[in-house]
Amino acid sequence: MNLSIEDVYHVANLARIAISEDEAGALVHDLGRILEYAETLQSLDVTDVQETSHIGVKETVTRADEPRPSLGTERAVANAPDEEDGQFRVPAVLEGASS
Amino acid sequence: MFETVIGLEVHVELGTKTKIFCGCAVEFGAPPNARVCPVCMGSPGVLPVLNEEALKLAVRAALALNCKVPKESKFDRKNYFYPDSPKAYQISQYDEPIGTNGYLDIEIDGEKKRIGITRVHLEEDAGKLNHSPFGDVSLVDLNRVGIPLIEIVSEPDLRSPEEARLYLEGIKAIMQYCLVSECKMEEGSLRCDANLSLRPAGQAAFGTKTEIKNMNSFRNVQRGLESEQVRQTRALLAGETIEQVTLRFDEATGLTSPMRSKEDAHDYRYFPDPDLPRMFLSDAYIEERLREIPELPDARRARWIADYQLPVYDAGVLTSSRDIADLFEQAVERVLDAKLVSNWIMGDVLANLKAQGIELRDTKLTGALLADLLENLKRGGISAAIAKDVLKHVMEYGESPSKIIAAQGLAQISDEGELAGIVTQVIAANPKSVEDLLAGKDKAIASLVGQVMKATKGKANPQVVNRLIGEQIQAIREAR
Repeated sequence: MNLSIEDVYHVANLARIAISEDEAGALVHDLGRILEYAETLQSLDVTDVQETSHIGVKETVTRADEPRPSLGTERAVANAPDEEDGQFRVPAVLEGASS
Repeated sequence: MFETVIGLEVHVELGTKTKIFCGCAVEFGAPPNARVCPVCMGSPGVLPVLNEEALKLAVRAALALNCKVPKESKFDRKNYFYPDSPKAYQISQYDEPIGTNGYLDIEIDGEKKRIGITRVHLEEDAGKLNHSPFGDVSLVDLNRVGIPLIEIVSEPDLRSPEEARLYLEGIKAIMQYCLVSECKMEEGSLRCDANLSLRPAGQAAFGTKTEIKNMNSFRNVQRGLESEQVRQTRALLAGETIEQVTLRFDEATGLTSPMRSKEDAHDYRYFPDPDLPRMFLSDAYIEERLREIPELPDARRARWIADYQLPVYDAGVLTSSRDIADLFEQAVERVLDAKLVSNWIMGDVLANLKAQGIELRDTKLTGALLADLLENLKRGGISAAIAKDVLKHVMEYGESPSKIIAAQGLAQISDEGELAGIVTQVIAANPKSVEDLLAGKDKAIASLVGQVMKATKGKANPQVVNRLIGEQIQAIREAR
């Protein structure tokens, strides 16, 4: 699979990573190698293998619905670069995020 | 003209004690960031573990909405950058949701209409941003991050804002009946986003849709959609094209306005969450969840109309909340007079709740207590006026009505000898009313009955009093 420099910029933008032109050029090569590696896997015959997203665990893993202590406001925001009234202070953000 | 097409995305907070992937307690109104831990804050190296109760409630909800629940399901990461999500992804479900292909029936203009439900999926809630009025900063509270949610996505089967509201009310009632969620829109435990488009009547293809957010009450869902319906109709009639945008409903103006949104089209790059193993739902597990579903509002309404000859309106009001419905059912089993019980619940019980702005569960009233009160009333043990006062007392303190009546001497006086004496005194003391009555002004009797009630502190049996006054007046007439 051929990766274009536009693909690299797009992925970098989605990941919020600023990259220079030189880095982008190098990444076209490096990421291309990774994709080639994945393509090697494509040559395997998997007709008899069941598709799955995960391997190993075959039963649902859950925990009981029992409260445990939380950090508490003071510890939760202790490492925040900026804080106000127990809340994280961040640059104003635009509306419109999803949930 | 145009046909309106609406689809709803409803988020319901599951009523668990703790968050979906960590042990932080779920508590509405806790101080900011008091209910967070390294797992829900997305610290490096932590591992989420699914809350068994959240899974149970989600499966129960999906089944109650007539969805097919597959034997396996999985979690995916939905990637986006926004300060309400400290991990920079939300754990959600993409292509293997907990439920698919369900439906909900609504009743519009006396006709039943089936609304398709595309899917029900389990996910975690995001944090809350408090935007500064001065515009330069936002404050982030992560208490809500990780609270378990289900998202219920409808088919575009709704044809009017009213249908949308009815569908949403139906979802709420079912979720409450199944004890999945309290569904308090004002606290955000039920939230609703809507898609609306118009198309020329008869056209099969959908028009361009807009998404409306921030409708925070059942009434506002209908208002917001009505406003957007008008806006789109005007635009199309003016020959404009509809742009696919996200709009915010403004409660104060009743209008929708475009939200500023990020330039990137959403590219969430969903992929299976490697930290969370797949979920395997056995037949026995699903069977158990099915058994947890109680008789739902529709079925209950139909049964009451058939078995108790309850008016359709009464049955609708009484079944709209499970607590009220249970109260009715418990009381009617003892009192055996459905209309009497219905009248008292729809009248005084609901009026008292409304006056105080509280829910039934905030009072001490139970079906047994209400039945006790109404039995006393029915057999003439107390007057209706006294029953109203006793009911208020019972709702507040939960004491037995029979005990209150005995202890406070509220029992209705039906003893003719005792009442006859009082009636004689009242007649002697009110010659004007007596003359009016003798002159044929029948309404004058009310004043005399009122005097007897006053003398007995409301305890006299009004039927007996009426009859005794009539008899004594007749005696006076004959004596003249």
